[in-house]
Amino acid sequence: MNKFLRFDWVALTLFLMLVGIGLVNIYSAVYDANNTAIAAGFMQKQLISLGIGFVLIFLFQFIDIKFFERYASILFLVSIVSLLGLWAFGTEVSGARSWYTIGGFSLQPSEFAKVAVALALAKHLGGFNTRIENVKDYTGAFVIMAIPAILTILQPDPGTAIVLLSFFLVLHAEGLPANFLYVMLGLFGLFILTLLVGVNPTLWTIGVLALFAYAYRRLRKEKKVLRPILLIGIMGAAFTLSVSYIFDNVFEQRHRDRFNILLGKEVDVRGVGYNINQSQIAIGSGRGLGKGYLQGTQTKGGFVPEQQTDYIFTTVGEEWGFLGTSLVLGLFIMLMMQIVKTAYKQKTTFSRVFCLGFACILLTHVGINLGMVVGLVPTIGIPLPLMSYGGSSLLAFSVFMGIYLRVYYQRIQ
Amino acid sequence: MRTRFFTTTIAIVGIVLFVRLFFLQIISDQYGDLSLKNSVLKHYIYPERGYIFDRNGSLLVSNQPMYDLMVIPKNLEPFDTLDLCKMLRLSKSELVERINKARRYSLRAPSVLLNQISKQDYAILQEKMWKFPGMYIQRKSVRDYQTEVAANLLGYISEVNNFDIRNNPYYVKGELIGRQGIEKTYEEVLRGTKGVSYLQRDKFNRIIGPYKDGTLDTLQVPAQDITLSIDIALQEYGTKLLTNKRGGILAIEPKTGEILMSVSTPTFDPNALVGRDRSSLFEALKQDTLNRYLFDRSLQGQYAPGSPFKVLNALVALEEGVVDAKTKFTCYSGHYYARNQFMACMCPLGTKNNLNRGIYKSCNTYFSNVYRRIIDKDNKVEENINNWHKHLNSFGLGNYLGYDHPVGQPGYVPNANFYNLWYPNQRWRGSTIVSNAIGQGEILMTPIQLANVAATIANRGFFYTPHFVKGIQGDFIDPKYKTKRATSISKEHFTNVIEGMADVVSKGTARVAGIRGIEVCGKTGTIENFTKIDGVRTQLTDHSVFIAFAPKDDPKIALAVIVENGYWGARWAAPIASLVIEKYLKGEVKRRWLENRMLNGSLEEEYAKVTSNKPFAINE
Repeated sequence: MNKFLRFDWVALTLFLMLVGIGLVNIYSAVYDANNTAIAAGFMQKQLISLGIGFVLIFLFQFIDIKFFERYASILFLVSIVSLLGLWAFGTEVSGARSWYTIGGFSLQPSEFAKVAVALALAKHLGGFNTRIENVKDYTGAFVIMAIPAILTILQPDPGTAIVLLSFFLVLHAEGLPANFLYVMLGLFGLFILTLLVGVNPTLWTIGVLALFAYAYRRLRKEKKVLRPILLIGIMGAAFTLSVSYIFDNVFEQRHRDRFNILLGKEVDVRGVGYNINQSQIAIGSGRGLGKGYLQGTQTKGGFVPEQQTDYIFTTVGEEWGFLGTSLVLGLFIMLMMQIVKTAYKQKTTFSRVFCLGFACILLTHVGINLGMVVGLVPTIGIPLPLMSYGGSSLLAFSVFMGIYLRVYYQRIQ
Repeated sequence: MRTRFFTTTIAIVGIVLFVRLFFLQIISDQYGDLSLKNSVLKHYIYPERGYIFDRNGSLLVSNQPMYDLMVIPKNLEPFDTLDLCKMLRLSKSELVERINKARRYSLRAPSVLLNQISKQDYAILQEKMWKFPGMYIQRKSVRDYQTEVAANLLGYISEVNNFDIRNNPYYVKGELIGRQGIEKTYEEVLRGTKGVSYLQRDKFNRIIGPYKDGTLDTLQVPAQDITLSIDIALQEYGTKLLTNKRGGILAIEPKTGEILMSVSTPTFDPNALVGRDRSSLFEALKQDTLNRYLFDRSLQGQYAPGSPFKVLNALVALEEGVVDAKTKFTCYSGHYYARNQFMACMCPLGTKNNLNRGIYKSCNTYFSNVYRRIIDKDNKVEENINNWHKHLNSFGLGNYLGYDHPVGQPGYVPNANFYNLWYPNQRWRGSTIVSNAIGQGEILMTPIQLANVAATIANRGFFYTPHFVKGIQGDFIDPKYKTKRATSISKEHFTNVIEGMADVVSKGTARVAGIRGIEVCGKTGTIENFTKIDGVRTQLTDHSVFIAFAPKDDPKIALAVIVENGYWGARWAAPIASLVIEKYLKGEVKRRWLENRMLNGSLEEEYAKVTSNKPFAINE
């Protein structure tokens, strides 16, 4: 087959379209009719990042995948070191020590950690004797995820930590025992229930469910039923109590507020609910076709905070309407589907896991970011991939894209 | 390996987000309004409110600048609070409270720190404004009354309330609306239409430019000036004559229905309701339930009409053919209209009165007989009283006249149903309700209705709906004020009644009202009236009332005067009416002695009786 045709033009096109839409909307979000220099400044920085990104993508096409496989552990270590180094050399921005400042540019090592973890996991699972069903092997995978996650939580940057932990989905897709997912879902359910209705009703619910389960299994004349049900019940109760404890004592008020707003327990459109309210107003007021480019009143008035970064999607919603939002959503879904499709065409576990990792990161970012701006998910500060203003995120995704394109290119080998 | 896991998850996430977006952007329609409320500011450009002139072109109401001291709390710097407090006559705590209030409203958007600063204070303040960064002065326009009278007539403007805003989407909070009087009736003419420009504002409430490049903006439509039919000199004169008396004067030009004056006393200077002290003064005026400053007696005061009503009964009787000009009734200084029921009269015992004498002597006996003939004709009392009711309706009685002022009362004229309710099984007839013959009883009329009756008689049987407007810039005036309203009385019957009214002045009850060189027609009245003092129905001194028109053959003015508790008609009302006529027709008053008596006369003692808590005598 022609080498040229083996290249993933579909993914690249989707990538470029999303980046392009991102640039157009960033311009609108920062545009000030009285001072166009501001917007120009933003655009310049973003274009420089994009230029570097393109160069990286281009260069990666000449590096054999085996190189990444071989040096994955070293890249992972470098990444961990860069996260640790933040304590010594990091710059604190709005409460989180997550940035290195070099010259006029800031770099966020945790963005690159995502690539490193994806590579490391791929290498770990692609190992000669690795079987994900084994305790030793999945424990190893958990450790790879946990170390950078813990380091980012400590910055504190819980958003990125959640993204890093979402590699769990890749492990599940790779065949991690299903009980882990059930436990995760169960814990998630208990978590929400506890926050929504309080500790005591949740404990009662656990008790009643346990009783039902016991009765059901006794009726089917199964043996040894009491002990596991009791164990699960007690663990559930313990989790509920600890959630309540953590929520009240470990979480800061702003985190609590975010959850309360989302669960509808608190309505405060001037205070903590301001972001979520304004971003919904911006998107909702776009209606079908939007207010037109540079015509968004919410955007012009700067009512949505952080609009060029985490809330860039509100500009799309306001100025391009449902047409724009569904286009962007559709492009993201197509890109992710394309990547997953590529993953399962790979012959090596390493390539497959890496692609799944890339898809997983995209999915988590898109799901949480869009979920946040439309009011389905609590405010978690993570950017919208490829579109949000910010060099590190764009560069990290460019690296992902570069390696991915090379993987696609090499799939025949 | 779970190869479908990712595809499924991506699809689920995609569908959930898609549905949510569809809901937010397509289904739900609240967000558009919310974003407009957020970020689009309507800036209004107001046309200057129209001027009001009197019939001779003298300016009655114009506009004057008032100044609001505005503050932008964020721009405030420490300043000399004492200096500012002294200039504005505020206490320091009040100033701090106001600044805090502004701060709570918005740090960056301007708020009013003190409103309605007068020209004088402004002059001082302006010099020192440089000392107070974060504050500035905003000019606005309020009414400037060039006259000290006609407060109720002209009305006033005030800020719109929630009710106005709900009723009329034109208004937004903080705007002014004609609240009373001419200002209210002609609100839309005087107001014009404001222009709107839409401005984009940012999250700090700052204006950052036009919204949609100003394509939605509308231009203002200038206000129009109004010329009233009022003669302000006459109005001022009438107000002076009624000083220290409670009552009303209403004069109409019979040929056109234009209202020449509408006086109600006690009154107040309309300028009192402009400026910072407005609310407290207004409250004081409103709370005064004895003087009732805001109650326009000439339009709203419903009184039994008294003897002037006799001329109406005469007209109905002539029209119905129950009497003619020669029909005579004998008066025995009164008469028994039922067993043991005597109605007194001023006539000497045994006087024989025909229509003419009946009117100029104001004979109760004569009119009782006339009235009984109207009602008892052919023993069809119900039909007859309804017919009588219909005749009176054609004079505009018992209903609103339809003039262009927001206040008024319909008065009352009873009909058969009314008496059937009071006296079931038709146990009533002319003698039962004979008080109506002399304008007491159940009939109620307002001074404007009385004046309109005078105008109708002057016109020999028709009138134009009385109105205050003479012209609106561009000469438009509602065609209904140019339409003749005929009464149901034939023209020829008026001649005899007018002769009687002329004799009232030349040789009858109101000789005091005679003016050399002008033939005045009039009719006096003395109205018995009652009030409740501590729940006890108490009779008070009679009201003095007079209706008149002049000159007899070419009437130029018709009017009604009522002076509450003034005793008999010729004591106050007739002289006042006569002086007004002289002033209007001759331009000046020669009868100084009469004028002085009226100007200096006071009924305050009479009015004080009611609240004195002591027994008192009436009609002294």
